[in-house]
Amino acid sequence: MGTESYDVLVIGGGLAGIRASIAAVEANPRIRVGMISKVYPMRSHTVSAEGGAAAVLRPEDSYETHAFDTIKGSDYLADQDVVEAFVREAPIEVIQMEHWGCPWSRDPDGKISVRPFGGMTTWRTCFAADKSGFHMLHTVFQTSLKYEQIHRHDEAFVTKLLIEDSRCVGVVALDQRTGRFDAITAKAVILATGGLGRVYAFTTNGNICTGDGMALAYRAGAGLKDMEMVQFHPTGLPFTGILITEAVRGEGGYLTNKNGDRFLKDYVPNKMELGPRDIISRAMVTEFESGRGFEGPHGKYMNLDVRHLGEEVIDRKLPFMRELGREFMGIDIVHDPIPVRPVQHYMMGGVGADISGATEILGLYAAGECANVGLNGGNRLGSNSLSECLVFGAASGRAAAEYAGSAKPVTANPVDAMLWDEARRVEAAYLEKTGGDEKIGTIREEMQRDMDAGAGVFRTKEGLEKLTDQLGGLRERFGRIKIEDSSRTFNTELTAAMELDFMLEVSQTIVASALARDESRGAHARRDFPERNDEKFLKHTVAFSRGIEDPRPRLEYRDVRITNFKPQARTY
Amino acid sequence: MAEKRITIQATRFDPEKDSAPRLQSYDIPFPDDSMVVLDALNYIKAHVDGTLSYRWSCRMGICGSCGMMVNGTPKLTCNAFLRDYWPRPVIVQPLNNFPIIRDLVIDMDDFMHKLKSVQPWIIRKQEIPLGGGEHRQTTAQIDEFKQFSQCINCMLCYAACPVYGLNNDFLGPAAIALARRYNLDSRDEGFTKRLPVIADSEGIWECSFVGECSVVCPKGVDPAKAIQQTKLDTTLRFTLPFGNRD
Repeated sequence: MGTESYDVLVIGGGLAGIRASIAAVEANPRIRVGMISKVYPMRSHTVSAEGGAAAVLRPEDSYETHAFDTIKGSDYLADQDVVEAFVREAPIEVIQMEHWGCPWSRDPDGKISVRPFGGMTTWRTCFAADKSGFHMLHTVFQTSLKYEQIHRHDEAFVTKLLIEDSRCVGVVALDQRTGRFDAITAKAVILATGGLGRVYAFTTNGNICTGDGMALAYRAGAGLKDMEMVQFHPTGLPFTGILITEAVRGEGGYLTNKNGDRFLKDYVPNKMELGPRDIISRAMVTEFESGRGFEGPHGKYMNLDVRHLGEEVIDRKLPFMRELGREFMGIDIVHDPIPVRPVQHYMMGGVGADISGATEILGLYAAGECANVGLNGGNRLGSNSLSECLVFGAASGRAAAEYAGSAKPVTANPVDAMLWDEARRVEAAYLEKTGGDEKIGTIREEMQRDMDAGAGVFRTKEGLEKLTDQLGGLRERFGRIKIEDSSRTFNTELTAAMELDFMLEVSQTIVASALARDESRGAHARRDFPERNDEKFLKHTVAFSRGIEDPRPRLEYRDVRITNFKPQARTY
Repeated sequence: MAEKRITIQATRFDPEKDSAPRLQSYDIPFPDDSMVVLDALNYIKAHVDGTLSYRWSCRMGICGSCGMMVNGTPKLTCNAFLRDYWPRPVIVQPLNNFPIIRDLVIDMDDFMHKLKSVQPWIIRKQEIPLGGGEHRQTTAQIDEFKQFSQCINCMLCYAACPVYGLNNDFLGPAAIALARRYNLDSRDEGFTKRLPVIADSEGIWECSFVGECSVVCPKGVDPAKAIQQTKLDTTLRFTLPFGNRD
């Protein structure tokens, strides 16, 4: 066991985490920043983002329209002051990425190009072909290598936040290669751990998206906000769930049912394929239920058709989609339609944080998908999340650096004791555990199947109550897991078990929050309450832990901050 | 009809217990032609043997974690289809030319150091302020470096590289390709800063035109071309009378 100390400690090495690390150093070049990631940073799930990053760059565009599109897209659950600040920062961040070398696609005049995206009234999504996340992540990661003040802890898994006198003073992390537990302390800690898509079976998210940061914060006493708001992307490949970017529709692709109809004319006639994700996913499920979907070996699907765009446009704007079609489906999208169906993609909910990323725990900040700063409300617009990682990653980095400059140093004694306790807890619960007959793989698969069935595109009271019981049963069985691997060296069964523990925790907050929201808003669609109810539910849900004895979260409600955009009916 | 099955032989090595790597055989169901080698490993881990260790995440060929030797060839296991091997067994081993940490997990610290050593970031004599907007860059200028920017750091090229296999001091295909990516970027002025690192590195002159690295690259990067171009740059720099190129 060891101890290491920083001014600012960032948990997560994706776009938000790296942007936060750089911002902290640039705010104060004298500070030391630690960056912990459970994978090498360039493996972070930002890498899979495809379509682009939204920013107002064009004279014909305006902050007001980007703000309004985002707020309307959120079904009025976004905090409007946060959105208004975000849209002003996003262009600066996109230019910063350009200066760092991001290979943004360009217009003939050499300026950064923009493309249309769902729910956006004008072209404002900057892109690097259809590998925007990949290029942004590698750009920001490679740029981060020039800052000697940033010290990386790659492949270290955080098991607990250290809280002393109600202040976050660091983490306990397991070094996966050696199996050693370390206390890594800091005056300020930033969570940037990404999403939780792996609580579902059918998801675009990579294996690492297990809600770690949300669970860590929740256990430390922070509130998880709007956890019922789970985004289902309309276009995932059947079987794998691999994301087919919204840019396919942005560039002019059609979505058709088995009758060959562009069925979105019946749902979002003014937007068609460029409607928001929540509404299009519901439209697809409704069409499936009406018997108008295709039947394939891996379930129902619709066709996403880009054949009319031609090979040249496809190769210039959507080369990765062609590659994915070839490599994973054995089709050539130049000649064949792409089979797609709705797939879990993004978590609007997350650790409640203010505009600077500060959470309700002193010294603890959150940014990116693991956070809920109030930007996305009930439904995030496509291409706002890469921008969100940049804007709020940078904001939290600056705020954490400033706080660290005036915060008291972390005292060693209680930290040593906390490290010892946490290492003992993990050893006793997993490594030295004897007996048990439940496999973590089985519990995880059941959780994922149950979440798909009960907390998917459409929800009901009955379904959510059943899911509550199922998760309770899985939590109980988790206590009887059998860990076969007792090695200290790169023990991925141990990390998988701890990830499952986190996933069961955050799943319960999703279900409890969804069960209590008796209305339909954004991505939260209740068949038994199909209308939006502003009188009762123009509010954020905040879920708090009651401790390990009682798995049911305690729910509170917070007002949504409205500035210039009064809630109105959301039609497209 | 009997259930279709496939045999996976995976390298097992736990330094706490084993003196040398060995192969362990798993006979598993193969019910769906869409299954890839990574699906087989995940099946084994979830249902047969929880102790098997390997890295993976995106399962869509972009995160670069899941590179392994599959029947002797470096592959991303997320797009190596079992149907291309069945009914023969599939032998899955850690990437060649790297130390093994555990089972199929390699130690890639060496690459992480080399990556940093080539200064893979935009170097400019004078930064333009953010308020000055973007650098203009044409599509033709992007096309100059585009293929080298597609590297996902999956390490397949290092596993295939005979020079790296003999001499780990060689900077290697991906690091040189990434240096090239920045050297060719119209926004960059760091060529002379990077050149000594590359020119002085071991092994660059031993690289033949064989180009195994380019053959195994899953992203269409041609590191062999980057290395040959770099040799040319290096030669020019030392033979031209005023070889102070930027």
